[in-house]
Amino acid sequence: MITAQRKPMEEIFQSVERFGKILLLGCNECVTVCHAGGRKEVAMLASALRMGRLKQGSPLAVDELTLERQCDPEYAEELALAIDKYDAVCSMACGCGVQTIAGRYQGLPVLPMVNTTFMGASERQGVWAERCAGCGDCVLGLTGGICPVARCSKRLFNGPCGGSSKGKCEISPEVDCAWQLIWDRLKQLGQTELYTRIMEPKDWRTARDGGPRRIVREDMAI
Amino acid sequence: MSDFDPVVVVFACDYCAYTAADVAGRMGLSYPPGVRVLRVPCAGKVEPMYLMNALQMGADGVLVAGCQVGDCHFKSGNLRAAARVKRVQELLEEIGIGGQRVAMAHMSAGQGAVFAQAATEFSQQIAEMGPNPIKQGARRAA
Repeated sequence: MITAQRKPMEEIFQSVERFGKILLLGCNECVTVCHAGGRKEVAMLASALRMGRLKQGSPLAVDELTLERQCDPEYAEELALAIDKYDAVCSMACGCGVQTIAGRYQGLPVLPMVNTTFMGASERQGVWAERCAGCGDCVLGLTGGICPVARCSKRLFNGPCGGSSKGKCEISPEVDCAWQLIWDRLKQLGQTELYTRIMEPKDWRTARDGGPRRIVREDMAI
Repeated sequence: MSDFDPVVVVFACDYCAYTAADVAGRMGLSYPPGVRVLRVPCAGKVEPMYLMNALQMGADGVLVAGCQVGDCHFKSGNLRAAARVKRVQELLEEIGIGGQRVAMAHMSAGQGAVFAQAATEFSQQIAEMGPNPIKQGARRAA
């Protein structure tokens, strides 16, 4: 899923200070699962905004709504009839959702309330960790199911650097060395020959280095 | 000590604090009149929004009262409640309402005196902080 975290309240208050009535818009997908921008988080932030602004003596009217998915135009369309009564939309979706709403309602400020953080998986309740960098050319089949792009601090492709110590990365004792994990898993799978195989330099044009990416599926287009 | 008598909402777990409040009554122990006790099936049932709603509706402080650590009828509802209270404290601090307006207390069902003491001390702490600042802000805006 795409993970996110609420922005600091000081930044949020600054971004809405010139408005009197806003729509606080959540998303029922990834940000709901990572407890950053679903219905409950919309309610919490709405309450915090109302109380914070009341304390300042400058009340803010906040309507709450959570769309099924903010990053799809058909759901963004649901706002069309009511959007004119707001000074701004404050989105708690990831950057994809914010841009979809901003693209549809171009005359209205659409502000992000969360910082979109990474593509991650849930390690346990309340803990998420980065697992995929969306490089566009997946090598997980060669690395025991552990991604050297997302999980090695240096994105190395041919074994660990000198900073690997006792299974941990030199950047922090909290961070596993991805190549230690890869080696352990390849041993478990009986595939250590994959470790000794030299990987060619990666073509990063399939990643962000090739510019903004698009997927076009003519068979799916209507 | 301030002469302000704060409204304090207590979310009391049915398995401990709610009974403890009852015991306090039967023991003839008094606590401030502004303390309003609401029964919940477990402290773990208390969502962060309950605390925010209470403050938004004009409460000056909110206390979540759950079982002693290790004694939760549902194993860890009291610990989850404590973690949520901490999170809400941080948010309230960020928005200038004051994190200490919400708090967590632990007690067993027979500890009427502990309930009365926790309610009294928390109420005094809120009295020293003064009224919920949104009330004054709302008056200014009116």
